[in-house]
This record gives sequence, C-alpha cells and structure tokens, in this order.
Amino acid sequence: MGVEQKLGNMGIVTAKLEDVVNWSRTNAMWPMLFGLACCAIEMMSAQAAHYDMSRFGMELMRASPRQSDLMIVAGRLSRKMAPVLRRLYDQMPEPKWVIAMGDCASCGGVFNNYALVQGVDEIVPVDVFVAGCPPRPEALIHGVMTLYEKVKGEKFKDLAVK
Amino acid sequence: MENKLEPIVKTLQDQFKATYEEFRGEVHVFITTEQIIEALTFLRDKYEFELLSALTAVDYWPQTSPRFHVIYQLSSLAKNVTVQLRVPVNGDQPRVPTATRVYEVANWRERELMDMFGIEAEGHPDPRRLLLPDDMEGHPLRKDFPLGYEEPQFTFNFEEIDLRKPYAKE
Repeated sequence: MGVEQKLGNMGIVTAKLEDVVNWSRTNAMWPMLFGLACCAIEMMSAQAAHYDMSRFGMELMRASPRQSDLMIVAGRLSRKMAPVLRRLYDQMPEPKWVIAMGDCASCGGVFNNYALVQGVDEIVPVDVFVAGCPPRPEALIHGVMTLYEKVKGEKFKDLAVK
Repeated sequence: MENKLEPIVKTLQDQFKATYEEFRGEVHVFITTEQIIEALTFLRDKYEFELLSALTAVDYWPQTSPRFHVIYQLSSLAKNVTVQLRVPVNGDQPRVPTATRVYEVANWRERELMDMFGIEAEGHPDPRRLLLPDDMEGHPLRKDFPLGYEEPQFTFNFEEIDLRKPYAKE
C-alpha cells in the first residue's frame, strides 16, 4: 500500500517545504561510527536485533564522515583524540548533528583528570546529551528521538547562518 | 629468596656493591646510576636475562633525595627467573643513562618515562613524546601533579563554571 493508492487520483499533497525537508532528514539519518569506549557496546546493541534502531531509519553506520549526518560520540574522549574528533566533525557535510552518548562524553564522567576532555562540547557543538554510564540502548534511542524532535523544529533561516 | 636468584644477587653485591631488599620473596636490588648500564649488560650476557619486561619508576615525593626509583624488571625465559633492579634518582634534574644500547625495548619505555615522570634518559636515540599530547605541561605520574583537572559542576556552581567553560564554536 503506497501513498498513491491511499490518495487515489488526487496526486497532490500540500505541506510546508520546511516540514517536508526536516521530516526527510529525520527518517534517514546516517550516524558515523565513533565508538570510543564501552558506550560503543551499548550503541552496537541498540542497532542489533533486540532494540533495532533501523526502525527509525538508522541501520546504516558509516565509517566515513563524508557520508554521515550524525555523530554519536560514544565513550570518553582523550585529549590526544580530541583533534581527530574535531577533524572528522569538520569533514561531515552540512547539516550535521552530534549526540554525546554517556557521562564521559557529556561531562567527563568519573574521569576528572589530565588525560580526558571534560565533555565533548569543548570540541564540537553537541545537540543532545544522553546520560548514563553507559546509557542503555533505550536511552540512546530516546536521545535520537529527542534529536528528531529538535530537527523537526529547525528553521531554514537558522541553518543558513551556520 | 628463590634458590636460583641467590647466586645472582650475590654476584651483584660483589661486583657492583649493590644492596638488596626482600619483600615476600620478591627481590629489589639497588644499583647506582653510574653502574646500571654495566649491571644490565652483565646480567644479560652472563645470566641470560634476555628480556627487559618492564622499565618504569616510582615517585616517593615529598622525599627528595632520592625522590624517584627507576625500576628495571628483568626476566630470564631460559631459567624462569626474574629480578628487579632499582636506581635511586634525585629530584632535581632526574636522569638515568639510556638502556637502549642493552635492550632495544627500552626505547619506548624510556620515552614513556620522560613523558610521565620527567626522568631524562641520557643519550636516548629518539627522545620524542610518546603518550601525551604535544602541548601538555608537567608530568602526570609525579605525585605533585594536581589530581583533578576541573571542578565538578553542581547546581550551586553551575553558572559560574558555565561561564568559563571553553565551549566549542560551530
């Protein structure tokens, strides 16, 4: 049952362009692989059969930043890794979003020391923080859903400023 | 002390005027900075200690002389015996001669030593940084290195820290 059968011969749907574009962005978001630590295990299980993130159009993890719109920073980020993260973020095409998954990525977590960045928002602009150590797959999916809500409310004029 | 280890420690005592400490069967032999390379070469050639399994240090700050012990853990795979050599080093300008000419594996271990403790390995063939970022100041495994990096953000000091936190720009 496609939309053309449902609508019969009408053939025309009216909507705001902004809404349509934002809707299409949310439902085929390709995340970039950025598993840095144990959060990556939860990220993998969120994509596997039990939780099945592909229900939301996210089954495809890209290993290349040039093909992805969403960066899920899953794990603690060391100071030495930080320039790499920023570089990969810069290589992603616009529009792009970042989820800081877990406590370490959000604020340093239990590692308050010289070696780790105290929150990836020092390196890249973060859209959604997912709390937990590590967050369960449901929490990550909730974070992604929260991001979708945010994306659906985005305005063209705000994006153009980027 | 293990039977196999006794003659080795005895020889070290005679040849290098080494002292030793024993703790639960583990033997620490103290050697001076001047004699450590000679002692390592001697053990490698005469007693088949073909593996330098660890090269690290301990910081006994606030004690200053000696402040550090540089530790050489030697293993003999042929004889199934290990021995630990310790070199006491003073706190001001700590340095040891490089062991890379005796054991190749000391290369990265000494770079780590320079990074984390600031103990210089004199004559090291490649004294670049190994673990830390290039702009890092200080030596993190020293006991006087500050523990915490950032004050934790709670509700009562949220805004104050929020103002000075270096958030990323787009």
